[in-house]
Amino acid sequence: MISELLNMNGYGVYVWSSFIFTLFSFSFLYTVVKLNLIKEKKKFEENYKSLDEKKLASVAKQTLPHLKFN
Amino acid sequence: MINYFNPNNTLKIINKIQKFVFALFIIVLLLGLVEALVLSPEDYKQSDSVRIMYVHVPSAWISLGIFSFISILSFGVFVFKNKNFSLITKSLAPSGFVFSIIALVTGSIWGKPTWGTWWAWDARITSMLLLSIFYLLFITSWKITTDTSKAEKVSSIIAIIGLINIPVIKFSVEWWNTLHQPASVKILEETTIHSSMLTPLAIMTAAFALFSLLIFLMKYNTELLKIKNKGLNRL
Repeated sequence: MISELLNMNGYGVYVWSSFIFTLFSFSFLYTVVKLNLIKEKKKFEENYKSLDEKKLASVAKQTLPHLKFN
Repeated sequence: MINYFNPNNTLKIINKIQKFVFALFIIVLLLGLVEALVLSPEDYKQSDSVRIMYVHVPSAWISLGIFSFISILSFGVFVFKNKNFSLITKSLAPSGFVFSIIALVTGSIWGKPTWGTWWAWDARITSMLLLSIFYLLFITSWKITTDTSKAEKVSSIIAIIGLINIPVIKFSVEWWNTLHQPASVKILEETTIHSSMLTPLAIMTAAFALFSLLIFLMKYNTELLKIKNKGLNRL
C-alpha cells in the first residue's frame, strides 16, 4: 500500500516532487511573512513603551494619517 | 462605502480572523491532500502523473486571479487616489508571485512525463513566465523605490501593463498551436473533468485561496504596523 503510494505507477518522483515543492514554497513564504510581522510588532511595542504620558495621550487620538482618503 | 476599507477598522478585523483562516487552511489542505494523493482515481491516459494537476492548476488560477485583482486596484490608485488600494496590492503580490512560480515549476515537472520535455517556449508557458516577471517587477518596484508615492505609481503602471498578459495566458491555447492542453474546467460550458477529479481540484483550490488570504492578512498587518511605527518615530 505504502510502496504503491510512493511509486504511483512509476510517476512517484514527479508527483511527490511537485507536492513537496508546493508545500516547501508555502512554508518558506509563511515563515518570511510571519518573521517580518513579528519584527514590526516588536518594534511597535518598543516604540510604544518608550513614549511618555503626554505622547501616549496623543497616540490614543491618532489615526493612520498616511492613509486618509482624498 | 469606501470607509469599509479604512485601515483603522480593518486592523482590528485582521487580528481576529488571522488565526481562524490559518486553522481552516490546515483542515482544508489536509483534506485536499488526502483526496488528491490517495482517494482520487488515476487518469486512463496519464496514469498517476495527473495528480500534479491538483497543485499546478489551483496555483495557476490563483496567480492569475490575484494579478487581475492587483491590476484593477491599480486603476483605483490612479482614479480614486486611494492609498489603501496600493497597500492591498502590495500585500497581495508575494502570494501571487509564489503561486506563479509553483505553477511554472509543477508544470515543468508534469511536462517531463507527459510531453517528454521539462520546458518548451510554448505560448501558454511563456505567457505564464511573463506573469512571474510582472510580479517580480511589481515587488521590486516597492523594494527599490524609497519614495512611497513614486513606488505606488511605478508599481501601478507595471500592474496595468501586465493586465494585457492575462487574456493572452487565458486564450493562448486557443489562439496558437501549443503543447499545453485547452481548459478542461469552463465557467460557461460544461466541464470535461469527471466529478471524482473535480472534487479534489475544488478542495485544493479552496486550500490555496485560504493560504493566499492568510498571507495577505499577515502582510497587510505588517504594512499597517510599519506605518504606525513611522508615526510613532515622528512624535
